[in-house]
Amino acid sequence: MARQTKTKGPPFVLIATAFAGVLVLVAGVLIGVAFRNSGHGVAGGPLGAAIGGKFNLVDQNGKPFTDANLKGKWNLVFFGYTHCPDVCPTALNDLSLAVDQLGDKKKDVGIVFISVDPDRDTAAVLKSYVESFGGPIEGLTGSAQEVAQAAKDYRVYYAKHPTAGGGYDMDHSALIYIMDPQGRFTATFTPEDTSDTMAARLKKLVG
Amino acid sequence: MRLTMFALGAAMSFFSTVALAQGGDVQITHPWARATPGGAQTGAAYVTIESPSGDKLTSVSTPAAKKAEIHSMTMKNGVMEMRRVQELDLPAGKPVTLKPGGYHIMLMQLAKPLAAGESFPLTLNFAKAGMKQVTVTVEKVGAMGPESGSGGGMNMPGMKMHQ
Repeated sequence: MARQTKTKGPPFVLIATAFAGVLVLVAGVLIGVAFRNSGHGVAGGPLGAAIGGKFNLVDQNGKPFTDANLKGKWNLVFFGYTHCPDVCPTALNDLSLAVDQLGDKKKDVGIVFISVDPDRDTAAVLKSYVESFGGPIEGLTGSAQEVAQAAKDYRVYYAKHPTAGGGYDMDHSALIYIMDPQGRFTATFTPEDTSDTMAARLKKLVG
Repeated sequence: MRLTMFALGAAMSFFSTVALAQGGDVQITHPWARATPGGAQTGAAYVTIESPSGDKLTSVSTPAAKKAEIHSMTMKNGVMEMRRVQELDLPAGKPVTLKPGGYHIMLMQLAKPLAAGESFPLTLNFAKAGMKQVTVTVEKVGAMGPESGSGGGMNMPGMKMHQ
């Protein structure tokens, strides 16, 4: 846009403006990264408000599950799909093992697995899937629009990637969002975190 | 006596598996898979392959699944992407380990769910070494390595997913 402006102003003004813009962007990214990697949480902060929001889905028993159901306990929210053979079972297993290490605080933490593949992941499919991990997992699905809304709330990217033979895989963001008992975003885990690392951080947060 | 026979039998079956896997120019070790969660129609199998003179893994097949493919798993800006790999390069003398969070053999349209403790045959085709068959042992759901008993393996470097 600056290029199209035919002003007589000295070029350094344009350069300075562009430079300032870049600085703002870089600062934004750095702040984002700092918060993302921080174990201290940003509940109530600007990013805390930016992740999470209203959604209307159904759980593995076909019962409605909305953002209101997140309140009252800590929740570890993860988006994935049951046809995912690697990262999703790893994450759900690690999360289940981590929660299991919390002793009497176990009941204060839930795991929420939201399918980004509602075409294949019906409530019935999710039921036997989440029960295989032994953790307190809610498996959520819904219509394509409902899932898209939830993903948008959590800044989750997902897309179908067609495979040979007519099938498809899902590309999807694989961060795990730690939501506090008020339903506010607090911090993230990555799928690379081990269950021990997760448990140690959860103990600090929940304890 | 009975114990001796059992040990002998176990030893023989062990050696026959090793012999099978080492035939030709590649060594295939630790073939394992994860038990699939209920309702899952896909699974993943992992092996470690070493080729002393360099080779390529070109295709895989198993009666356990209608389709088996070599897949890579990468994280780009927090987004997980799984992609089919046409051939997996095996540099000379460098073991290549397929593991959770990295390369895996994707098993699609499973004949039946993979249950911990069971095993199934897996055929690997190499550009130079030809066809090899191994027996894949199914570990627990979410297992990170080829030996069950994840509780005892806390300090194993292989437990962590890197890359």
